[in-house]
Amino acid sequence: MTLVYAGTCCHAPGMTSRAEMAAPETRKQLHDAFARQRQALIDTGTEALVMVSSEHFANFFMDNMPTYSIGMADAYEGPIEDPDWLKIKRTKIPANPDLSLRLINEVMHTVDVCYAQEWKFDHGMSVPLHFLTPAYDLPIVPVNINCQNPPLSPLHRTWELGKALRRAIDLAPEKIALIGTGGTSHWPCTPDSGRINEDWDQVLLDQLIHKRKDALLAYTDEKTISEAGPGAFEMRTSLCVAAATEDQTGEIWFSEAIPIYATTCSITTLYMVE
Amino acid sequence: MSLYYVQKLLYNLNRDPALKERFDTEQGAVVGDYDLSEEELGALRAIDIGLLYVLGVNGQLLMHFATMNGFSWDAYIQAMRDGLEKHGPVRAGLYAMVDGKGATSTKETL
Ligand SMILES: [Fe+2]
Repeated sequence: MTLVYAGTCCHAPGMTSRAEMAAPETRKQLHDAFARQRQALIDTGTEALVMVSSEHFANFFMDNMPTYSIGMADAYEGPIEDPDWLKIKRTKIPANPDLSLRLINEVMHTVDVCYAQEWKFDHGMSVPLHFLTPAYDLPIVPVNINCQNPPLSPLHRTWELGKALRRAIDLAPEKIALIGTGGTSHWPCTPDSGRINEDWDQVLLDQLIHKRKDALLAYTDEKTISEAGPGAFEMRTSLCVAAATEDQTGEIWFSEAIPIYATTCSITTLYMVE
Repeated sequence: MSLYYVQKLLYNLNRDPALKERFDTEQGAVVGDYDLSEEELGALRAIDIGLLYVLGVNGQLLMHFATMNGFSWDAYIQAMRDGLEKHGPVRAGLYAMVDGKGATSTKETL
């Protein structure tokens, strides 16, 4: 049918691997927000979920790094990390290769994307899915934006990717949700892991829900990495979904800096079918 | 400048348990397939996480290499800090984009 729901959520592996180390009240609020987003997928009759993430060298490497990639596999599998560490059971995740093909074909009219018929999900996909589709009964179309190793996509191109995804989604007969994951400040796997720039995160979330295109496109990678850490390059995933949903103002459903999870955990809704 | 090949080796080790097994038993043969400098070879031989970090290895690759070699999370973080102290700022790669230490936050919450 078209886009029925869009939003963002965090994918911090600490949310499952070190789950119990956060304050119980904070954890409850975070889980409630995920439950609300899960319910939104159900209430809107979502039949497929397009998830925009940034993987962490699980499938793609600098030998041939795709700037943008869209999955077109018959099924996916994840998490690629040690399930005992991530505390998410390794499982098969349903796909919709036919929908993938249609989306890819349409997106390619304005944005060059790679496609991948083999894709193992890392925590960037597996953590959100663990909360949002715990029964793994919703077909996923994974979209990856390289946010790990420069050169990275200019933000105005990521904006165009969001526009292209929206156009492609609106041409499909299925009811589709679009969720971006990642992008608040963090310094993952570095000596500064655990550092969070809360102010930076709040400003970013505000720009995202109000779809302030000019403000979002004015971010520079030099400033982002120095103020919000290399993990914040993942803001591209959220920016992409904001671009896809310029026609509505969004809402922040949860946002809190959780140092033990090494970032600000946030959940936003950027679009909901009327 | 063979940071690319150090990272490629770590990427492959993370994904391929059989390669990791060979790395543990006949490291010389495995590293021979990669174009590495003496310093990089030494850091790999000694599992010197601190030096690998300073040489510019991305943490998303390095963390898994540390874990598979028995480093706890805290030991991994400490090894990088020790590496910076001993060898100076990060010389190449992503973290050399800022101050060579991996971070210059304007405000921190910890
Ligand atoms: Fe990430």
